[in-house]
Amino acid sequence: MIPTRTFMGYRRANGAVGCRNHVIILPVDDISNAAVEAVAKVVQGTLALPHPYGRIQFGPDLELHFRTLIGTGSNPNVAAVVVIGIEPKWTKRLADAIATTGKPVVAFSIEGNGDLKIIEQASRAAVKLVQDATELVREEIPLSELVVSTKCGESDTTSGLASNPTIGRFAERFVDAGGTFFFGETSELTGGEHIVAERITDPTQREKFQRLFDEHQRCILEQKADLMGSQPTEGNIAGGLTTIEEKALGNIQKIGRAKINGVLEMGEAPTRSGLHFMDTSSAAAESVTLFAAGGAALHLFTTGQGNIIGNPIVPVVKSSANPNTVSTMSEHIDLDVSPVITEGMTLDWAADATEDIVVRTASGRMTAAEALGHREFVLTRLHRTA
Amino acid sequence: MDFLAHRDGDAVAIAVRNVDPGPRLAGYLDETAAVTLEVATPVPWGHKVALCDVASGEDVVEYGVVIGRATSDIRTGDYVHVHNLKGERWS
Repeated sequence: MIPTRTFMGYRRANGAVGCRNHVIILPVDDISNAAVEAVAKVVQGTLALPHPYGRIQFGPDLELHFRTLIGTGSNPNVAAVVVIGIEPKWTKRLADAIATTGKPVVAFSIEGNGDLKIIEQASRAAVKLVQDATELVREEIPLSELVVSTKCGESDTTSGLASNPTIGRFAERFVDAGGTFFFGETSELTGGEHIVAERITDPTQREKFQRLFDEHQRCILEQKADLMGSQPTEGNIAGGLTTIEEKALGNIQKIGRAKINGVLEMGEAPTRSGLHFMDTSSAAAESVTLFAAGGAALHLFTTGQGNIIGNPIVPVVKSSANPNTVSTMSEHIDLDVSPVITEGMTLDWAADATEDIVVRTASGRMTAAEALGHREFVLTRLHRTA
Repeated sequence: MDFLAHRDGDAVAIAVRNVDPGPRLAGYLDETAAVTLEVATPVPWGHKVALCDVASGEDVVEYGVVIGRATSDIRTGDYVHVHNLKGERWS
């Protein structure tokens, strides 16, 4: 059981616990991607995280951009960071914030130098960082110190019936043992948001949740988009889901009966342990990127019809209870929990199996998404560029 | 087993295979209890069957929570989907 389980992981300078040991090359902005990818090509063992944003953003959208990049660099799965940006001020802002974790960070700006000079300087620095990172050794760490997040995608009735309740059972055990666990998907709580609100123990945090939820609903309504009425989707309906309430209730099975200890903005790091709601998109790659920015080191992803998402720095462990998906998309599935439906196996059995795959993955076993090269790093935008 | 329900007291259960009309078995997730019901029409895999009668206009409960309202009289063993169940939130 979780209170006594351990895994082999990395303890960082600030005490945070990681299960991967990446040296990342992180661009501040879109136009630095070429240099970032060149460095990652020259220096083995580094990982480029190109993205399409970071110029002329402003207000809350710019703050979220920085919060997500700072959180990504600060994630305990990252051993060291090379930051490259076009101009020195924003480059320094990102590098300095990541450096407060105590991990090695070097920063380079391209203006006045050109790509080639920066690629050389950054590559020389990256060689040293990789050599140092490869000397770090895994040590035995209590499983409950790992920060874990969850999200479901391409859901069907098997999600609500087995794969999500399995994660819920795991979540109950994990937070009981003192662990920190994130869930999100703000729009897909619609119809079940009152249940989430009731679970939030602290009234201030409950108000924060209601504000984030209402803001998101308002944002959708302001676009005059047809989300209201098109959820559940045609695909959901074909799979047997009838109403948005039913879809939302299936979704929140992932937190079991656990109490919610905190509510987080997009990409915000928690200040306490326990179960946390984070305001996120319901799109898989965006939400896992935000959970990782908040400090999640491992992600539990359930799928019905077969979502294939991965993340560059966080192992995404995929489970499904749909026997058809497990069979036709086997290379994407880390854990088959369909016996809960087909053989009458219990949720405790499935939660035990989840614990096992979490320990093995956190100790170094590659996930299906890692083996297949899924590195979806997707920044959430709040509004248009100036 | 032909159907699985989430909670004791739910009005609907999920087909765990393509179910033809006739006497069929509905169990409860994580429990050994099961009930027999006479299924009226075919229910596709992953879709819902009624475990009890629900009058038109009354709430339909799944996961122990209201998931919508019956738009026509539903009899035990009936197939339940968009033709006789509508959400209350976004409708």
